[in-house]
This record gives sequence, structure tokens and C-alpha cells, in this order.
Amino acid sequence: MEHLVNIFVKSIFIENMVFAYFLGMCSYLAVSKTVKTSFGLGVAVIFVLAITVPVNYLLENYVLKEGALAWLGEGFETIDLSFLSFIMFIAVIASMVQLVEMIVEKFSPALYTSLGIFLPLIAVNCAILGGSLFMQERAYANIGEATVFGLGSGVGWLLAIVGIAAIREKLRYSNVPAPLRGLGITFIVTGLMGIAFMSFMGIKL
Amino acid sequence: MDKQGNTYTFMYAAVLVIVVATLLAMVSQLLKERQARNELVAKKTDILQSVSIESNARNAEDKFKNAIKASYVVNFKGEKVDGVEALSVDMAKEVRKSVEERHYPVYEASLENGEKKYIIQLRGTGLWGPIWGYVSINDDGNTIYGATFGHKAETPGLGAEIDKPVFQDQFKGKQIFDASGNLVSVMVNKGKAPQGALHEVDAISGGTITSKGLEAMLKSFFQGYENFLKNLNSESHE
Amino acid sequence: MSNDNGPLFSAKNMKLITAPLGAQNPITVQVLGICSALAVTAKLEPAIVMSISVIFVLLFSNLIISLLRNTIPSRIRIIVQLVIVAALVILVDQILKAFAYDVSRQLSVFVGLIITNCIIMGRLEAFALGNRPWPSVLDGIGNGAGYGVILIIVAFFRELLGSGTLTFPGIGTVQIIPDIFYQWGYVNNGFMILPPMALIVVGIIIWVQRSRNKALVESN
Repeated sequence: MEHLVNIFVKSIFIENMVFAYFLGMCSYLAVSKTVKTSFGLGVAVIFVLAITVPVNYLLENYVLKEGALAWLGEGFETIDLSFLSFIMFIAVIASMVQLVEMIVEKFSPALYTSLGIFLPLIAVNCAILGGSLFMQERAYANIGEATVFGLGSGVGWLLAIVGIAAIREKLRYSNVPAPLRGLGITFIVTGLMGIAFMSFMGIKL
Repeated sequence: MDKQGNTYTFMYAAVLVIVVATLLAMVSQLLKERQARNELVAKKTDILQSVSIESNARNAEDKFKNAIKASYVVNFKGEKVDGVEALSVDMAKEVRKSVEERHYPVYEASLENGEKKYIIQLRGTGLWGPIWGYVSINDDGNTIYGATFGHKAETPGLGAEIDKPVFQDQFKGKQIFDASGNLVSVMVNKGKAPQGALHEVDAISGGTITSKGLEAMLKSFFQGYENFLKNLNSESHE
Repeated sequence: MSNDNGPLFSAKNMKLITAPLGAQNPITVQVLGICSALAVTAKLEPAIVMSISVIFVLLFSNLIISLLRNTIPSRIRIIVQLVIVAALVILVDQILKAFAYDVSRQLSVFVGLIITNCIIMGRLEAFALGNRPWPSVLDGIGNGAGYGVILIIVAFFRELLGSGTLTFPGIGTVQIIPDIFYQWGYVNNGFMILPPMALIVVGIIIWVQRSRNKALVESN
């Protein structure tokens, strides 16, 4: 149990997808205008990450990895489908994103319009593929660890985007030089937040 | 035909998946042999580079044959393992086993000046993916003669710098054991390593996680080869 | 691949190439492809290599999707687009691995970065799905180049100020800041090679661009 909590906390703060690895930047920068929309997108990312990481975990361990097909019986132990892992992971992610898109469109048309092109783009949100690839690389011991990791990474991403959105809402009352308004200042603030988050890197869990 | 209908959508997806999967599987099967050969040549180039012999795809095979006089696999206790070929050991698999259970490949190189070097193979994890390396060690089983490192996907310009000579050359002359024979490995530290430090090299600025991964890789594999290296040391004193 | 609306290089078509270099820049205006812009700009060489690769991939993926655009069912279009892009990149990677291993070693780092580069999906969604093949090809080249320009500018400053050198493909690392500066006490700004500084440099580029082109300034 303690082990799972460690993975969770670590993936939120120390290995934050946005500030430690700088993944998932495009939608992060473009959709963080208001806290409300960013919260919506953040929840969508958590949802997609929490599902795709464990699903891809199963795929990796029972289909793709060399010897993973051993459960099919004799003669399947030597099959190595790992060259397909990239495309399989992507296919799983894309179908999840498509599902989320349909759900959001049905239940919250307002959010759907404000997310615009960035909803389909979470399919290529590197934070999400990154989640699956990190899972593959770190070889988590069981599906529970993988799920907690996916969930934690999603929460970390939500935290980051809601944080920047809150700052941007306040920034509206500041006298930012006109050409820097909007996107420019967001880039710079994100850079500063990234530097601040580097202080977490020394923590060992 | 209704292009938004369920049947069409399913058919489309099925056809797409079959076409793409067949294409990829075919290409992967057709090219497998060539790729494996290229990988083997690259491996030999890396091994040669760890004893400072430059080679390219064309002459690597010949130079390897000339320089590498013997290759074998040892276990944690430092004993030779029969029936396993050094070049065919898949380190990606070995690294998942515990330190005691791994197979450790060793390549013996004899240089033009008659010196004999022992090349050991390492593998670990960087920031984005696996990193690996070859370290050549003098016959005292302690002093590093040369090192080369490689990586799959480290950040270009930061972590990826581990495969550059600037970083690798630092390892020359470093020692693995201290004076009383305890394993200390080589640390990768931030900031300038003091002149003449025997167990320290400079980290790559901006590549902290890769540097730490490399340090962990060195430590874990020096541990694995410890008994083999100590045997070398006692042999050379006899 | 002819275009019924006029000659191949009509003013309208040329605009598809020139607009992304300035007022429609993928990074500074459309906010696409940021992650890779942070990952490859610590040195000039990877930035140049990445730019060229992205132009190629964008060109071909735009072309393929544009040719298929009338057949793709809209409900699974994301999957179709991604599978095609990923298959294309993996195919090229496999072929390079077999026939040009040295090149593939150099490029393998970028394979993952290219597939997940949102600039590719972004242009497929926003342009290739609704346009003819030829304008899509031009759009691919234009956006790839616009992306590359920013990458190269950012990498130039980061490497120059962070390491005091510039690294060119095929030439290698060239020291730009003379040794005498270091003797006088000049120190490289190690901060520049950390990823957060890439964000700040892009922020400054946006500042410069928008002070010259007032039309891009956001209201707030």
C-alpha cells in the first residue's frame, strides 16, 4: 500500500509530466485560458491516462513482449511483437480519445466547443503516450502499480494546467506589455513554474 | 454506401488494421536479418571503440577479428559459463534478472602494443529509455582503460551527450576499487571533479537523470563483475 | 494532383507556404509542436535534423490523409490518422535500420517525438481532412518550415549562450565564444540548456514577433 502511495505522489510532484518532463505542452498552453475549461481538459486527460496505461500494460505483458504470448500454449513463447508496440499503444490511446470526444460532445456541448481542436489533439498529447512508454520502460510489477502511475500522472497534469489557468486569470488584471499578452506571458510563466518545480527533483521516495 | 454507418466504419477500421499490420509485419520480417547484421556490426564498433580502435561499418568485422582474441561469458561468481556465446547475450533480458543470476559477457582485446584489456558490457536506464555501454579494464582488474556509452532516446544535446568523446574520455584512468579493494565504482557528479580524482567524473549539465542512470548502471554492473575483476587482479599479481 | 482552382503556384497556394513562416506560425501562433521544440533545442544540430524530418513527415502524411479524406468515417478519424502517421514513421525507421544504419542511429531518437508531435495531427485535422492533395502538400511544407525556423532560432540562442558553441550537422561543434572571453571571466549560462529556458526563449520570440505585427496581439 505504502508503495502505491509512493508511486502516486512521485508521479504527481517529482515526476510531473508537465514540469519535470515537459510533456503535453501544446494543449497545456493553448487551453489554459480559464480554470473551468482547463479543469474539463484535465479530467479528460486523467480519464484517458488512467485507462490507457493499464490497458497498454496488459497489451505489453500478454501480447507484445517477447514470450508474452506463452499463455496461448506451446510454440508461442518465442514470438516477439515488440515492433508493434508503438502503433498498438497509439491505437489504444486514439480509440480512448475518440470515446472521450463522443462523451464530452454528448454531455457537455459547451466544453466541447471551447476545447475545439485540442480535444482530438490529446490523442497526440505526448503526456499520454509518454505515460504508456514510461510504463513499458519502468516495467511495473503489476497492473495496480501501472494504474496508480497513470492516475497520478493525470492528476499531476490537471494540477499543472489548473495552476497556470488560475495564474492567467489573475494576470488579466496586470499590465502586461501588449505583445506579450496571452500566449507570450504564458510561455514565460510556465518556464518559471518549471524552474520552481525543479526543486522537487532532489526528493527521494 | 452510408459513410457514417456502423458497417462502413467497422469495415474501414478492419481493412486499415489488416493492411497496416501486414505491411509492418512483412517489412519487419523481410528486413530482420539485415537489421540484425547491422546491429551486430554496430555492437562490434562500440566494443572496439572502448579500447580506442576506430572502425566503421565496412572494416569493423575484420578489426574485431584482429583485436578481440577471446570472448566468453562469466557468472556472478566470476566463473566461466559454458555454452553461451558472448555476442549473443541479450543484455535487455539480463538486466531484468537479479545481479546474482545474470550472464556477464567479457571480451579480451589485445592491443598493438601487446597490452591486454578486458571489455565488460553494461546496460541501464536513462531518462526516456535504455542506455548501455562497454568499459575496457586493464589487466589489474581495476583501472579503466576506456569507455563508450550509447542510448536509445535521451534528450538530444543533454542526456544524449553520454555518447560523445568529451564525456567518455573522462573515464580513462579512473579506478573501480579503492586501495583496500572495496568496490566504490565511478560517481557522476555535478560540478568539476577535482584533478586526479580516481572515482569521479563530471556529470552532463542539464542531463541529471541520464547521468544518475549511468551512475546506477556502472555501480550495478561493477558489482556483477566484481568477482571476475578481483580474480583478474589476483592472477596478475601471481 | 492538379488543382482545379488555378495554376500550381498561384498566389493563394504560395500563401500556404509563406503564412506559417510568419503570421500563422505553428509554434508561436497555433501553439503546436511545443514538446519537441523543448526537447531538441539544446543544441543546433538536433534542431536542424528534427526540422527536416518533420517537413518530410508532414508533407507525406498530409498528402495521404488528403487523398483518403473522402473515405474516412468521421467517428474513427483520429485513429485512422494516427495509425497512418505512426505506420509511415515506423516503416521509414525500419527501412533506415536495414539500409542506412548510421542515419537511423542518429534519427531513432526522433521517431517517437515525430509521431506524437501535435503539429502533424494538428495540420491533418485542420487542413488535410478538408482540402485537396496539392494544397495539403504545400501546407505541410509551409508548416514544417515555420516550425523549423523557430526551432533553429531557439536552438541557436540556447547553444550559443548555454555552451558557447554551435553544432552543425556534418561539421560538428564549433566554438563561437573565444577562449579569451573565458579568461576575462565570462561564464556560460548553464541555465540556458535546461528545458524551462526554451519556454522563456519562445516567449521572447513571441514578444518580438507581436511587437512587429500588431494584428497578432491578443486582447487579453
